[in-house]
Amino acid sequence: MASFPAILRSEWTKIRSVRSTVWTLALAFVVTVGIGALLSLLTNNNFTEFRRHDQSPFDATGTAFSGIMLGELAIIVFGVLAIGNEYSSGMIRATLAAVPQRGTLLAGKTVVLGALALAVSLVTAFVTFFVGQALLGSHSTSLSEPNVLRAVLGAALYLTMICLFSAGVTAMLHNQTLALGVLVPFFFLLSPILSAVPKVKTLAHYFPDYAGSRMLLVYEQNGQPYGPWAGFTICLAWTVAALVGGALVLKSRDA
Amino acid sequence: MIELHDLTKRYGKTLAVDRLSFTVPPGVVTGFLGPNGAGKSTTMRMILDLDRPTGGRVTIDGRRYGQLSEPLKKIGALLEAKAVHPGRTARDHLLWLAQSNRIPERRVDEVLGLVGLTPVARKRARGFSLGMGQRLGIASALLGDPEIVMFDEPVNGLDPEGILWIRNLMKRLAGEGRTVFVSSHLMSEMAVTADHLVVIGKGRLLADLPMSEFIRRNSRSAVRLRSPQPERLLDVLAGAGLRHEPGPDGSCEVVDGDLAALGELAASHGVVLHELSPQQASLEEAFMQMTADSVEYHAGDGPGRGAPGTSGAPGAPGAPGGGWGAGWKADGNRPPAAVRQEEN
Repeated sequence: MASFPAILRSEWTKIRSVRSTVWTLALAFVVTVGIGALLSLLTNNNFTEFRRHDQSPFDATGTAFSGIMLGELAIIVFGVLAIGNEYSSGMIRATLAAVPQRGTLLAGKTVVLGALALAVSLVTAFVTFFVGQALLGSHSTSLSEPNVLRAVLGAALYLTMICLFSAGVTAMLHNQTLALGVLVPFFFLLSPILSAVPKVKTLAHYFPDYAGSRMLLVYEQNGQPYGPWAGFTICLAWTVAALVGGALVLKSRDA
Repeated sequence: MIELHDLTKRYGKTLAVDRLSFTVPPGVVTGFLGPNGAGKSTTMRMILDLDRPTGGRVTIDGRRYGQLSEPLKKIGALLEAKAVHPGRTARDHLLWLAQSNRIPERRVDEVLGLVGLTPVARKRARGFSLGMGQRLGIASALLGDPEIVMFDEPVNGLDPEGILWIRNLMKRLAGEGRTVFVSSHLMSEMAVTADHLVVIGKGRLLADLPMSEFIRRNSRSAVRLRSPQPERLLDVLAGAGLRHEPGPDGSCEVVDGDLAALGELAASHGVVLHELSPQQASLEEAFMQMTADSVEYHAGDGPGRGAPGTSGAPGAPGAPGGGWGAGWKADGNRPPAAVRQEEN
């Protein structure tokens, strides 16, 4: 069997040697931090106006993470390209000729991809939080408040899992254009629309993005179907299912 | 040594590779010849376990490709020229390959030098010409210093200098005792590089024999005679007990005939000749004849084909008797038994 550390080194070389890695991850960071900062600043400056009709407690953490939806887009693209560029370039044949143990190969890819996504997501989440709080001034919160640290870590885990879910879907579809064409409309149109439609939304509440984003909530919301840890578990289940599906397709298919 | 046993690949209704069995002998260049679409690339992908066979098996030194722990050290392959991410540098491409099989990093620079890509090692593959891409592919095949190298159409699209370079490289690799398995659709290319020849058509084995044997069998020569008195000419030839075949434009051809003797024969019988010329069949023609036959059999053309020169055609199996059409018929639906001669 191929040596697993060797696969990890090889996959690390692959991922660090293409520009798209730097671009997509930098974009995820800049967009998440930037939009969060902008909204935190606007909220602070217009606090009374913004909060006039709002009964619920002010979520300073959520405000700082206002940009996560768009940051998520960049990290989805990162996850798709990391797997999909092998198919678009025909490089998958070179890869499988070098490592014919396909399951082990995908495991190695997942570890490298996941570790990098997690590292970038953690940095992004904490920077987003602190920048947001600095700009919220007197309305800010701190990590020592209840649930806040969990929400910040949850944001990092959420981004990482969405990235790996996208990678798994790409392995299943073995085509990056198709994967982007499925994932982007799913996360940015279908899922938000369905979760607003009565009855259907019960189903949409079990989609990976809705479930994963529960981890970011600091306060209980009315009509919330389940808590942050159930959300984490559901999102993780989706991620594992996508990766297992990707491995099965990779193993059975002609390259 | 690569061994194929009844290797079969079916895509839907199409049988791309049909019960292919042959052995790639070690230490020589084996040419894998067939027209486009004959199943050469599919066969090579199955050797590397990239495509899963529908039936049969293929082993490398007795083991399946998937059982090799660091396969690049055993067998190096050039499949498509550009199985490379366009945004990655040549050196990084070789580096990840090397790392996956625990090949030391200095070997990367070594093979870059070997194929002459050192000056562009840190350039992204996007800007590479076809020839440079091909060299990079060959560098990745040689990376693990493998005993077996396999090249799929390595000279495709290359300029004459590149073609010469590849030819010499293959000879050198075989000279070092490596097994070289190279596919091509050009007989002329194989004639100058291969020691052994495997010919397939429509996924079926047509010939498996040493190159020298192929040349011996196919360097058929004949003397063409054309006369304004064709009946008299034929009578004279028959009288002399010479076997002849009809040639083009009302001429006739005497297989393995002696030019001078035939001229004297005609003169002594007072037959006027308008042409007396030696005819030499090229290897390319022999190959085309061989593969054209395989195509025709698929079209269901039965026995009784009367095309000149085919009944004793190069490598035609079952030649004694009614040509290979008959052999095929007699055998029911089975493909013609292939010509086979073991290297000794």
